[in-house]
Amino acid sequence: MDQHSLLFQSMVYLAAAILFVPLAKKMGLGAVLGYLLAGVIIGPSVAGFIGKEGEDIMHFAEFGVVMMLFLIGMELEPALLWRLRSAILGLGGLQVVLSTAAIAGAALLLKVPLSAALAIGMIMSLSSTAIVLQTLNEKGWMPTAAGQSSFAVLLFQDIAVIPMLAIFPLLAVNAVASEHSSPSLRDNLPAWGQTLVVLGAVTAIIFAGRYLVRPIMHIIARTRVRELFTATALLMVVAIAVLMNLVGLSSALGAFLGGVVLANSEYRHELESDIEPFKGLLLGLFFIAVGASIDFGLIREQPWLIFGLVIGLMTIKTLVLLGLGKLFKLSTDQNLLFSFALCDIGEFAFVLLSISLQSNILDKQTTGILTAVVAISMAMTPLLMLLYEKLVQPRFTITEKSTRKADEIQDEHNPVIIAGFGRFGSITGRFLRANGIKATILDMDSDRVDALHKLGIKVYYGDASRYDLLVAAGAAKAKVLIIAMDDYEKTTSVVRMVKKYFPNLQMLVRAKDIEDTFELMDLGVLHIYRETVDTSLRLGADALEMLGVRAYHSHRAARTFLRQDEKSIKGLSATRDDKKEFVSALKERIEEMEKLIASDKIRTWLDEGEGWDSSGIRDEATGEPDVPVKK
Amino acid sequence: MARVLINFAHPALEKSRMHAHLVPMIKSLPDITFNDLYEHYPDLDVNVAREQELLSRHEIILMQHPMYWYNAPAIVRQWQDLVLEHGWAYGHTGNALKGKYMSNIISAGSRESEYRKGGRHGFPLQQFLLPFTQTAILCNMNYISPYIIYGVHRMDKSDIIEEVQRLKSVLQKLTSPDFDLTTLDQIQDLNELIQEPIQKA
Repeated sequence: MDQHSLLFQSMVYLAAAILFVPLAKKMGLGAVLGYLLAGVIIGPSVAGFIGKEGEDIMHFAEFGVVMMLFLIGMELEPALLWRLRSAILGLGGLQVVLSTAAIAGAALLLKVPLSAALAIGMIMSLSSTAIVLQTLNEKGWMPTAAGQSSFAVLLFQDIAVIPMLAIFPLLAVNAVASEHSSPSLRDNLPAWGQTLVVLGAVTAIIFAGRYLVRPIMHIIARTRVRELFTATALLMVVAIAVLMNLVGLSSALGAFLGGVVLANSEYRHELESDIEPFKGLLLGLFFIAVGASIDFGLIREQPWLIFGLVIGLMTIKTLVLLGLGKLFKLSTDQNLLFSFALCDIGEFAFVLLSISLQSNILDKQTTGILTAVVAISMAMTPLLMLLYEKLVQPRFTITEKSTRKADEIQDEHNPVIIAGFGRFGSITGRFLRANGIKATILDMDSDRVDALHKLGIKVYYGDASRYDLLVAAGAAKAKVLIIAMDDYEKTTSVVRMVKKYFPNLQMLVRAKDIEDTFELMDLGVLHIYRETVDTSLRLGADALEMLGVRAYHSHRAARTFLRQDEKSIKGLSATRDDKKEFVSALKERIEEMEKLIASDKIRTWLDEGEGWDSSGIRDEATGEPDVPVKK
Repeated sequence: MARVLINFAHPALEKSRMHAHLVPMIKSLPDITFNDLYEHYPDLDVNVAREQELLSRHEIILMQHPMYWYNAPAIVRQWQDLVLEHGWAYGHTGNALKGKYMSNIISAGSRESEYRKGGRHGFPLQQFLLPFTQTAILCNMNYISPYIIYGVHRMDKSDIIEEVQRLKSVLQKLTSPDFDLTTLDQIQDLNELIQEPIQKA
């Protein structure tokens, strides 16, 4: 490919992303679907801007997968693994084993040979880390029980790929000699020898990471040239990938291992912040590549087969997941989210499929069809999540609510309603409770609701932005509504509704940052609580104290700062204009931070004469004989 | 049982001259409990249990503070309101402070000559401390007329150091093992305990 067409391709990718992602977001489809859509449109099947030769696209796709696995590896902290160990091993292990068995069984019924059926089972048991995590994050479902369980399962799957890669050569034991072109060290070895080479390479990488990377990174750190860090990280990935290719393994696995090695290094956070900017774009590239790799020609030829396989596979996985969710005591709606999120087939499948093609476990036609199946199922994940959000979740809100709503209306006329009982609202709630104030509590996380029930705290499951639910909670008679929800969009919709239907209800609203604060001010909310301000200032005051400033002075300085800060924010809010729509949110935030800092004028307000400053009186005293005590 | 408790109240010690010098000296004395109220309770949220426990453990309670507007700084009033509980400090069952001695260590910007009839402030400073006197009596304590450092506004560095040594000698006398507590019943005010000659620093 000459330089011109490379630039042209980059332009096409970027333009497509910029065009379709905001469009998809605006339509409520989420960024992942936007990227996928962009890929489909610019891909060979529709517009054909890129990848007419097909191989270019897979190149791009592999690059995206490699980079993503590198980052996932970096996030695999041993401590995190330990905290989630039972979920990862139990839930994740069972998911992989049961799905593999079920899918392999189904394949056997379709008269697929045993080794191929096992390979398909393993490949299809995996889910898409990239799409699922991205979507869960986007919708703010990560902290829910379903989100945490999904994460644990995905983590186990990421790890399970390693033994799978080691097992694959064994499955190919009866197959014809490998026909793939690039020569590797293990070509002429028996199956057990191949497995040994694979394990040896993995061990070598871990060993090198332990004893080689640290000294190198130390030297790089001492040069104090920042970009050298990024360069070193990339070099490591590439070097490991080359090594893996040499022994005939996928470079994706190599990158993953490279990431894990760096996760244990003390330079990890440095590297992460260096690479963070690349992450989003590379993931986007990956999704575009997935979209572009959907072979519509193949689908047109065998639509029934392919869609039958997609639906069949996803149904099997969903059933397995639903069973496991039940076993691990997820409530019905969380279990549905968990199952919908993980019933797709992941990007590892592309890697594993190409390996099974190379080692002749599967033939070319099968892998072609399965690749299309995987791509379609991945594209369906965000759609399924959307379906869940729009259809399933509200239904559960209604049914679960109405059963509990009945006893609420009869006996509760609490002066306070708390919407959102997470890490923010729960503190407020506990405080009011400790002071004998009764509150009606609404929360959207059904598992949290159940857990609180067990502690004897009455919490109602439901979406506080629904009118009927607020009426049921006693909004017409309550004095105060505390909105402490995690989801900011929900917060604004509650605010709007209360303004419209319950104008006498006083609202105390949690805001995340300055952006939210401005918007809430625009909505006419009088009592806004930026969630970290008080804690940050308390910390700042304590820091002043540790530096030797008197406690009372630190305390007053923090109070003064808060007053000043709130005044500045009110000022900024008033001077904001319609330009804000066009300035990027981030840039705007930085600008506002600058304005706030400029308005601090720390010198003037700290030194402004306090009542206890007697220097003025002293000056007078030395001039005149008669002087008042103070002031 | 430790003998002397000093409850210190200064809202802006960093701007003070006299107390900024007195405090390190007091802290260096071995047998004195120094309780810095504003440092402990910057939000004026006085811990009643802790304060009552401190009072119980000491025989001589000295309130050290500057005079602002003929009174003690705000936290002293807060302290009084919260700590001197009915049933504990006074009332039929309030005997916790019975027999203890109480006094004030005070700095005033003006000279003594201004605290008298016809002077700038019209009355002797002791008279402004009437609430302390009666509070001590109500709590079954013996009130000793206060230790006063006058004319702080006009003092230079050497004057201040001299004052520090004077108070040091008083506190040393109060804490010395052979000091007879009943002496306190006979003296006019705490200044009487100043040991001459003053030891130079």
